[in-house]
Amino acid sequence: MVNKLIKEDTKMFLTGNEVLAYAANAAEAEFMYGYPITPQNEIMHTWCKLLPKTGAGFLQTEDEISAGFSTLGGILAGKRAFTATAGPGNVIMQDAMSMAEMMRIPFVCAVMQRGGPSTATVIYAQQETRLTCYGGNGEGFRIVYSTAGHQDLFDYMIKAFNTAWTYRFPTYVLADGYQGKMREPVNMYDPASRGITMVPTEASLLPDGEIGKDRKSMHWRNTYNMEEELMEVLDEYKVDFEALEDKIAEYEEYKADDAEILVIAHGIVARSARTAIDELREKGIKAGLFRPITLRPLARKPLKEAVNRAKQILFTESADGQMAQMILEAIYGCTTPYSTLYKMGVGVTGGDIVAKVEAMAKQPATV
Amino acid sequence: MAYKLDIAPALPDAQNEEVGASKFCPGCGHGMVLKSLAFAIDDLGIKQKTVFGVDIGCCLLAWNYLDVDTVQNHHGRTTPVIYGVTRANPEAIGIAYMGDGGGLAIGAQHLVNAAVRGERMLIVLVNNTNYGMTGGQMAPTTLPGQVTETTPYGRDCDATGRPAKGAEMIAAIANPEKSYVARATISNMRKLRSTFKKALETVDKGGFAFVEVLSVCPLNWRTNNVDTWARLQQMEEYFEVKEFVSGSEGQNG
Repeated sequence: MVNKLIKEDTKMFLTGNEVLAYAANAAEAEFMYGYPITPQNEIMHTWCKLLPKTGAGFLQTEDEISAGFSTLGGILAGKRAFTATAGPGNVIMQDAMSMAEMMRIPFVCAVMQRGGPSTATVIYAQQETRLTCYGGNGEGFRIVYSTAGHQDLFDYMIKAFNTAWTYRFPTYVLADGYQGKMREPVNMYDPASRGITMVPTEASLLPDGEIGKDRKSMHWRNTYNMEEELMEVLDEYKVDFEALEDKIAEYEEYKADDAEILVIAHGIVARSARTAIDELREKGIKAGLFRPITLRPLARKPLKEAVNRAKQILFTESADGQMAQMILEAIYGCTTPYSTLYKMGVGVTGGDIVAKVEAMAKQPATV
Repeated sequence: MAYKLDIAPALPDAQNEEVGASKFCPGCGHGMVLKSLAFAIDDLGIKQKTVFGVDIGCCLLAWNYLDVDTVQNHHGRTTPVIYGVTRANPEAIGIAYMGDGGGLAIGAQHLVNAAVRGERMLIVLVNNTNYGMTGGQMAPTTLPGQVTETTPYGRDCDATGRPAKGAEMIAAIANPEKSYVARATISNMRKLRSTFKKALETVDKGGFAFVEVLSVCPLNWRTNNVDTWARLQQMEEYFEVKEFVSGSEGQNG
């Protein structure tokens, strides 16, 4: 057991990376495996600095491949273990993530997106959205929470552990370098004070009991001999994953009820959109926001309803339509025209969105 | 007059008797390596705390071979999964089982860093001088002049380098006080078992162990039993069979 540092409600002014380390401790995480890559380093810095107080464990591995796989090892050993990465690290960690997907290992990872492709920038982007949701050589049986600020980072990091250990799909807190590096106030709390009970972990390797007496030896595999054998397994996973939408899909709407122009954005861009919407409303333009919080699975029904209510849609993100591609598939059949505001690897400001929506109000989208 | 032999083979307790016949190709060395390993686990009475990780390649077939908790991994990634386990559960004795490709090519960075950090685990690297599962391509350990699917005219060391000597490399970087590094061979099963025993004792005491085992691949080598044995002897000349580091006994070399 680890010592929880936040015993009573505490308001602190921290960077997002620091918040994630505190949140993992609040969630009773026992071990972090990691490899340095900007902009997520302070998660492990903070985690390491707190180790004498928390009694948790840490291993700095030789790369993100091993950070991912050793996290799987720690989880198989029954520990609430996690890792964090970004950019090219997220790319090479997909190897371990696909093993987690295949073997239903409750892998938890914070992704602090940076510019891509390649080494690109160490600063910010939303260009790992598709990779985080659908990376690896699989079907994207993953749960992805997209956060929009420090309170989200704290809340959803705690939630990610419980979601992962309840449903046994790899679970991500998808944030970005802006959230990781900027400071803002955050209310930290003991999850128990909010009625949140941490789902107990269990060991897949060396569980209780003696082999040959109380139990058989465990044999965990990820290789199948026949195509049909594999499909049978994946068909079951698919049923489980599709059932998740009703249970865990989350979204946020802001002034979306009567919105004529509906902005669809996730993560930190959704925050810019909120400021833009207030400004646009003052100017008499009925704008609103739909923000998917879970990108996998998407809350498809409320999404479709919001889209159908609006006269125009604006997709905006710090990528070239990675979120929009997923949304467009989910709202297939809706006929609301849309426009786009994509800035690859660059922040979208409230001003950007105001200007774009004003233009859409004058000259409606036709796509 | 024919008699039916109904004497059960002497199976180690740590071997999973439910598996039945080995799934490896006829003449393959893996069965011998695994059986020796299982006997060594028996010798030390550590079955209940052993975690066995198998790499991809022929090693994956060992996923249910032992009667110990086992996890199948990705190619080259058995080492990090197993040290992930032993870091999280210090009671566990971790064994990562891999081929020469898994250890010395695709997973070489993990092998090197596990040795440098002195991860509390045994890495067993089965060297059969080629990639078996994928159909017999050149491995880092392929002998000079050896014909494989990707060196159909024989390995040219000028173009592809010299065969990698895993045990020597690990001996050079592992902590001599806390490690056990050896090369063994399936031509001496008794020695193989005692080598595994020493390696596992080192791990049980909190150290790092690496055992490279010279093995055979008659199917991809396209050799009969006589030529297979001759090839193994040739390997033993190239790859020195010995204990390189024996930290638990305070010896080095």
